[in-house]
Amino acid sequence: MKPGDLIRIVKDGHVVEGVLMPLTELSSKNDIVVVKLANGYNVGVSLTNAYVEVVKEGYIEMGVSERRSASTYVTGQTGKLISVVSTGGTIVSKVEYETGAVKPALTADDLIDFVPELKEMGSIEVIDLYRILSENMTPDHWASISRVVGEKIVSGVDGIIVAHGTDTLSYTSSALAFALMNLPQPIVLVGSQRSSDRPSSDSALNLLASIVVALNAPFGEVVAAMHGSVSDNYILVHRGVKVRKMHSSRRDAFQTVNDVPLAKVVFPDKRLVMISTKYLCRNKKENLIIMPNFEKKVAIVKAYPGLSSEIIDFLVDKKFKGIVIEGTGLGHVNDLCIPSIRRAAEEGVVVAMATQTIFGRVNMNVYTTGRRLLMAGVIPAADMLAETTYVKLSWLLANFNDLSDVKKLLTRNLVHEINDAHEEYLYPRWYHGDRL
Amino acid sequence: MGIDYNDVGLQVGLEIHQQLDTSSKLFCSCPTKLFEGPDEELAKVERYLRIGRSETGEVDPAALYEYMKGKKIIYLAPKGHVCTVELDEEPPHELNKEALSVALGISLGFKSKIVDEVYVMRKIVVDGSNTTGFQRTAIIALGGELFDEEGTVRIQTICLEEDAARRVRDLDGSAVYNLDRLGIPLIEISTAPDIRSPEQTLRVASRIGLMLRLTGKVKRGIGTIRQDINVSIKGGSKVEIKGVQNLEIIDKVVEYEVMRQLTLLRLRDEILSRGISRDDIEDKFLDVTEVFKESKSRLIVNNLREGNKVYACVLKGFKGLLKVEVQPGRRFGTELADYAREWGGVSGIIHTDELPGYGISVDEVKRLYSLLGADEGRDAVVMVIGPEGKCTRSLNAVVSRVKEAFIGVPKETRVANDDGTTRYMRPQPGAARMYPETDIPPVRIDENLIREAMKYVPRDPNAVYEELLTKYSLSHELSKQLLRSPYMLYFFDLVKEFSDDVVTPQYIASLLTIHLKGLKSEGIPIENITFDVIKYVLSMLRSGSLSKDGVIEVLREYASDPKKSINDLAKRYVKKDLDEVTRVISKIVESNRDELIKKKDRAFNIVMGLAMKDLRGKVDGKVVADLVRKLLDELLR
Repeated sequence: MKPGDLIRIVKDGHVVEGVLMPLTELSSKNDIVVVKLANGYNVGVSLTNAYVEVVKEGYIEMGVSERRSASTYVTGQTGKLISVVSTGGTIVSKVEYETGAVKPALTADDLIDFVPELKEMGSIEVIDLYRILSENMTPDHWASISRVVGEKIVSGVDGIIVAHGTDTLSYTSSALAFALMNLPQPIVLVGSQRSSDRPSSDSALNLLASIVVALNAPFGEVVAAMHGSVSDNYILVHRGVKVRKMHSSRRDAFQTVNDVPLAKVVFPDKRLVMISTKYLCRNKKENLIIMPNFEKKVAIVKAYPGLSSEIIDFLVDKKFKGIVIEGTGLGHVNDLCIPSIRRAAEEGVVVAMATQTIFGRVNMNVYTTGRRLLMAGVIPAADMLAETTYVKLSWLLANFNDLSDVKKLLTRNLVHEINDAHEEYLYPRWYHGDRL
Repeated sequence: MGIDYNDVGLQVGLEIHQQLDTSSKLFCSCPTKLFEGPDEELAKVERYLRIGRSETGEVDPAALYEYMKGKKIIYLAPKGHVCTVELDEEPPHELNKEALSVALGISLGFKSKIVDEVYVMRKIVVDGSNTTGFQRTAIIALGGELFDEEGTVRIQTICLEEDAARRVRDLDGSAVYNLDRLGIPLIEISTAPDIRSPEQTLRVASRIGLMLRLTGKVKRGIGTIRQDINVSIKGGSKVEIKGVQNLEIIDKVVEYEVMRQLTLLRLRDEILSRGISRDDIEDKFLDVTEVFKESKSRLIVNNLREGNKVYACVLKGFKGLLKVEVQPGRRFGTELADYAREWGGVSGIIHTDELPGYGISVDEVKRLYSLLGADEGRDAVVMVIGPEGKCTRSLNAVVSRVKEAFIGVPKETRVANDDGTTRYMRPQPGAARMYPETDIPPVRIDENLIREAMKYVPRDPNAVYEELLTKYSLSHELSKQLLRSPYMLYFFDLVKEFSDDVVTPQYIASLLTIHLKGLKSEGIPIENITFDVIKYVLSMLRSGSLSKDGVIEVLREYASDPKKSINDLAKRYVKKDLDEVTRVISKIVESNRDELIKKKDRAFNIVMGLAMKDLRGKVDGKVVADLVRKLLDELLR
């Protein structure tokens, strides 16, 4: 008896007939079988004191087809060619209703099936690069995504989209922003908070907006296109080095921090509206610089009451080359850690300071602790997000041999990852008892 | 011309949906109470739903896609009633154990076989009533049966599911839903198509409703119970009728649906006998606005002023068929109009079987036929007014419906009107569009859950009926009324408190049925009357502070304005003793002495009228009448 067989269970005078389904991770393991009835419902039946027979073997085909072709293609209604680099995540996940299995792949046909309007915008090529959830991304993945995207730019496609899981999307967008400079076109990362098998999925609008941006935006930057509100009314286009996932589940989880979004795409008319006037224009293709290397021996350490210096010592002993401290407030850790940080700096580890308050800028001149940390060799990361600082440091360490270059470049604004002027409205409003 | 339901092969299946009265929703901790109050300024969320063409089940996928395309849905999220779970901005929490226990208790009551592990599924629903685009639903139990005098009706499944959002209005073609109802636990009881007549449908639905109420854990009032009815006859189709809220029209709904299917079958025979074929019906739509350039029709003039156009389509050989009545007050043309409205968003159609009319002249009709090159003696013409896109979509829908008429009864999901007739709602979804809800862990049914469920097992309705007759000496009629009443369960609690010569079981039963119904028929919002209020007025009755009439007056005033203090109300109607009543009446008789003697025949009415003005609710009317009669006798003797 195996999943996909039509089975009949007789128990206490009742008969249950249906297709045997695979157990889920959370099913009772000992005695339960999951049966899909003719009406489509699944029920769990205990086989204790039950009589079971297989009515027909292999009644439905189970298992996700492991067809893996490097790329798929659908011809569209305009002369434009859009490349979608698929890396995995919710946006490409689909539950198959026959089996309940999650199908973690994306083909051009799948895309067109769910968003037929894509065809009106151009021909679609899907490159099936990875099928991983974004928490499993590593700096090695960033490197190969950068290479693939770089090749696509060089080959001259009209639009480039990277489909990505949302959890670490902003790390990858930062990585691409540093690895690919002087871009002749935007690189648009897109994800979704609701999988594409759900009628309420945010993926269709996010994708449509991505293509609008990829084809028409005036800037040559790495950006993320995600819902701007919980309504399907506009998609925000965030600068890849300034964006952060700010909510575990909302579709408007992605927000630009310490800056304004670059643009928005307004629906239903798919109109691109610029929000920021400060952006890097599309560059000449021959100026493109590809530096797709990332150092893996970089860590983020979050400061907290009671943080032990042993953690810093451990990283130094393990030959880590960079440490980003997510400090408290203006950029602090407790005094007891300072000797270990000084030792790290002395041994050639680059130690940068970002803030765990997310909003605002570090300033290590205000309090004694900050000044002592500066003396110990810590580099303040201005208003960069801790995540961006981490990626930038990883990229610098892999591409520049001279530590003084690394330190200098860490605080230099390369792709608008630093914003020197925070106007008052950059800080969000929360609910303060006003009328809803 | 009664219908022989046996002859036509009637098969009816019921799906009864009843809201459970749990403290929180099925998949989040929001309360299960609806928002009351103006909703114009509530937070709004706007969404579109879509579905992959490959995942539409049995429905024509292209059609469904078109249907959903660009349909904006507006959700209202009242504070305190809705969280991010209902908004589909947060995954569902675990299955509510209280709701599960009630559902298990009900399953035991129907002798249904409870599953060993519950798996929640996603049933695709694309009308916007669920923010997710699917309804979460789980089978709790399989099988079971229900006794009925026309034959046992089998139960197929008992499901626990989330209620949908509440459609409050339509705005420029987009549906507006309030999310307060979304997620309230519902139990769904589905019978096999074992029901054979409209009367049996009513009986079975009533009995299921009664058993649900006997658990003491279901909601009361309009909209808390909805029945879907599946009706089919020989040669017809299985048609789903959604959301019948009023139990009393359920037999009518079945009767009218049988009537509709029989008429559609006769219509098909007529069409075929006219020698027309499906291919004669062409989806060729023509702008005929010029015919109406000088029109006197207000409808047309107003529309043309807004820049709208008139489009028309010829139905070859259909003359006269559009006025065939399929249900009382609904013609075949009405069925076509449903399609035009649902798919194209126009407000209706105009067809030549109802012309001249709407201020459209005979001459205009003649010119219409001649412009279209149609035969006025044989063909019918359907017109719609609006912008081109809307008109084309509407006429396309009309043509595809007309083509179905060559086959017979289309498989549709319909919705019931208040009078028991039905209208087209949407195409029927395919059976297979059911996905596992991967966000919710399965629930093993163990002894603890069953023990909890035992609290909610409904008693056998027959035993309850017996008890009302014998233990409480209620009449057959009063017992039946009480069993139908939403306040039935109050009775058993109240008779435990009050069982004496003043507040008898008969009095309690008639208060809960006849008297409350009476107030309701006056338009009094009796849902404001709580158990505690009834208990209070009964205790005042027992202590002699209120008369029976006083009880009704206090309840009437309280229900109309529940902010009033029940104590103050009771004081206002405090019972007068007999001496005082006698004084009041004597005074009236004295001061009207001459008039009463003159108008001897009407004397009783005159005195009663004046006396009750003063005494209403403070003493029983019968007591007043007896005294008036006595005093008048003395006066007029």
